[in-house]
This record gives sequence, structure tokens and C-alpha cells, in this order.
Amino acid sequence: MKRFAKFAIALGAVAVAATGAVAADDPIKVRQELMKTVGKSTKLSSQMAKGKVPYDGAQAEQAMQTIAGVPDKYVTLFPAGTEKGGETEASPKIWEDMAGFKASAEKLKVAATAGAQAAKQGKDAFAAAFGELVKTCKGCHEGYRIKKQK
Amino acid sequence: MRRLFWAAVILAIIGGVAFYVLTMPRMIDAGELPRHTADVANGEYMFFAGGCASCHAAPASSKCDDPKSTDKRKLAGGRCLITPFGRFYVPNISPDRESGIGGWSDIQFVNAMVRGVSPSGSHYYPAFPYTSYQRMRYEDLLDLKAFMDTLPAVKSQVPGHDLALPFRLRRGLGLWKLLYLDGKQFSPSRGQDEKVARGAYLVEGPGHCGECHSPRDPLGGALSDARYSGAPNPEGKGYVPNITPHKTGIGAWSGEEIIDALETGLTPSFDSFGGTMVAVQENMAKLTAADRAAIAAYLKSLPAVASAPRKKEAAK
Repeated sequence: MKRFAKFAIALGAVAVAATGAVAADDPIKVRQELMKTVGKSTKLSSQMAKGKVPYDGAQAEQAMQTIAGVPDKYVTLFPAGTEKGGETEASPKIWEDMAGFKASAEKLKVAATAGAQAAKQGKDAFAAAFGELVKTCKGCHEGYRIKKQK
Repeated sequence: MRRLFWAAVILAIIGGVAFYVLTMPRMIDAGELPRHTADVANGEYMFFAGGCASCHAAPASSKCDDPKSTDKRKLAGGRCLITPFGRFYVPNISPDRESGIGGWSDIQFVNAMVRGVSPSGSHYYPAFPYTSYQRMRYEDLLDLKAFMDTLPAVKSQVPGHDLALPFRLRRGLGLWKLLYLDGKQFSPSRGQDEKVARGAYLVEGPGHCGECHSPRDPLGGALSDARYSGAPNPEGKGYVPNITPHKTGIGAWSGEEIIDALETGLTPSFDSFGGTMVAVQENMAKLTAADRAAIAAYLKSLPAVASAPRKKEAAK
């Protein structure tokens, strides 16, 4: 009986965790949070590239690795049914051309991975790699994001 | 009864003549152009300041609204602008004699840019932003033409515009121009700081920023007291932001941040520009640092205007 009680409690705990996970798994929210993560790393990288804060190779590398970890997960967060709602700025073109969208996200991953390598070689190499990374941000936002009125 | 008939005929004739006269293309004479030796380098600068390639370079893919282009020097046209008035197809402005503007005289080019009139005397639709380009100095326009004459000639076939019925009547654009084309060249306002004035010239003239960032009335004319306060994207979905110093605009951006954004494409919150602003920003990055600073100074000097109330998503 005691064993059964333990089992029931465990089951309950799993159920609660699962419910929590469903709420946190709203793909629109998750993808928006991921973009904020990218924004934070971009901010630090930009400030270091421009010399507005002192260059720190380890931090720069970390920022690039954080960004590099995003695209693979990010592109899975656009299932059918998440085209609208939650203040999403995703363009319908994502669903019309998922392959193109994924290729665009892959460019960010490639650029961030290169950025992490460049970070080890010092500020100038990092700044150049960061410039290339920003092009991939724009390249994707050019066609796959629709700005909404704030 | 007979008198009534003749009265109707006479009224129709008067109406027709009035329409004809009011809608006549108004052009400038070659004699009004200054004597000028063209500066091709300045022409290239104006080419980027004016964003010519953003619309006129052929789209990178077979999709006519593909925002990307492969070669900004090949102005074969063919891009489509999908607007509430219908679908405009951007013409070829390469120096090709058959499908482009090769062989145009200086005055023909200037009249296209500042009066929106083609060499054959017909009106251009204001999707071509001549309401902004009319502010440009003739010298800058002549330099621009000299530069464009050096670009490769490209042959292309561009479809005709596909517009809703009332807008198909080109001649009627003469009336639109009476309302919205004032024919004034740029002149700095009294006491305007030199840097701000340079920014004003770039923003109001070649940059044609107000074409997307200003709200329009139902006839497509910019609302003068709400200029730069943001507007629904004239090409389809989404919204073009308010760039006045209001809190619903970019009031929180410092001048330095505006300069940075124009140079790098990153906003103060480290988001990147998107949509058609990417092509615009890449052009702005080609200008001198002093000109980007002038643009920022002018934007900071604009009256702060609140964005129009937000529309519900369902309305789109």
C-alpha cells in the first residue's frame, strides 16, 4: 500500500510537471523567448565589437555559442496552428517556404559558430565575424518577419 | 427639351475640356536646368541615397515580391509592389534602349523624377516616389543620370500594372498631382542648422523616407501633419514604424543610436531591421558618417507625433 501511495504521488508529480510543461511549451512564447536570448548575446557582442565595453574573449565566445545553440531548436517552433496569436511577428512566408526559412536559420548557426572561433583570435577577428552574423539576422527578418504596430 | 439636350452637350464639353486641362502633364523646360558638368561619383552616391535599386533591381528569384535582388547594378525591373490599389510592376530603368531608359535626354529624366511624367507625356503612378524626388537638386539629378548611364543595359519584359478599375485611368493622375505634387524643390527652413538641413534634404528628397513611414489619406496622399508617424505597410502586411521623437516612435533612441541603426541594422534593443528596411539600411550604410549623423539630427528635430491608434488584427 505504501508503495502504491508513493507511486501515486510520483504519478501526480509527473502530471503536474507535464501541465506546467504544456503552458511553457506554447511555441509562440518559446520562440519569442529564444529571440530575446539571441538579442542579449547580440547586445554584448555588439558592445564588445564596437569597443563600448572591454573585449573579453571568453564572454564573446560564450555569447556566440549561445546564439549558435538557438537555430536548430528555433525552426521546430513553427508548427501548423501557430501562424497567428501571441503578438507573433512571424510572416506567413515561413509556412509557405519552410525550407527557405530553415536555410536562413542555418546561416545564423554557421555565422555564430564561426564567431565563436573568431572570438579566440581577438577583438578585430570577432568584430568582423559579428558583422557577418548581423547580416544573417537581417537576411531572415527581411523576408520572414512582419513588423507589427507596438 | 431640345434646349435641355444642348445644355447637357455643352456641359459635357466643358467638363471634358476641364478634365483635359486639369489633368495635363506639367513639365519643366530644358531651359530651367542649370549648366552642369555631371559628377558621376556624386551620382552613384545619390543612387544609394535614393534607393533606386531597392525597387528597380530585378528580384533574386522568380517570385516578383522577393525582397532580395542579386545585382543592384542591373535595373531590369520586374519587381511587383502589392498595394491596396492593385499590383504595380516596377519598370526597367537600365540604359537599355528598348526596354529601359537608354537614350533619354537630361530633361526627360528630370521630368520623370520631379514631375512624374514620362518622355511620351503620360503620368507615372506615385508608387514611383516623385513626390519626394521633386525635392532633389537638379545637379544631383543630372549626376544621378550620368551614373545610371554607366550601368549595364539589361533587356527585360515587365508586365503592365494590374490595378483596380478607377486607378487604371492614368490621365486621372493629373488631378492627384494637383492635390499632392507641389513642385517645390528643397530649401532649408529659416534658421535651420546646416547639419539638420542636410539631413532634411536626404530624408525628404532622395531618401523618400516619408513614402513608407508617413500615413496616407484614402487617395494615397501623405497626411502632412502626421508625417513620419508610422503607417500600415503600403506593400501588404505589417506596419512601418513611427520615426518621430514621440514615445510611440523612436523618442527613446538617442541620436547616436539612430546613427548606429542606420550603419549596422541593429536597433537599440539589439533586434535587427527587417522587411524592406534592410535594403534601405544597406544603402544608408554606404553614405558618409556625416550624412548618417545629419539624418539622425533631422529625425530628432521632427515634431513628436503619436502613432495612430492600433487597429485590431482582424481588420487586416
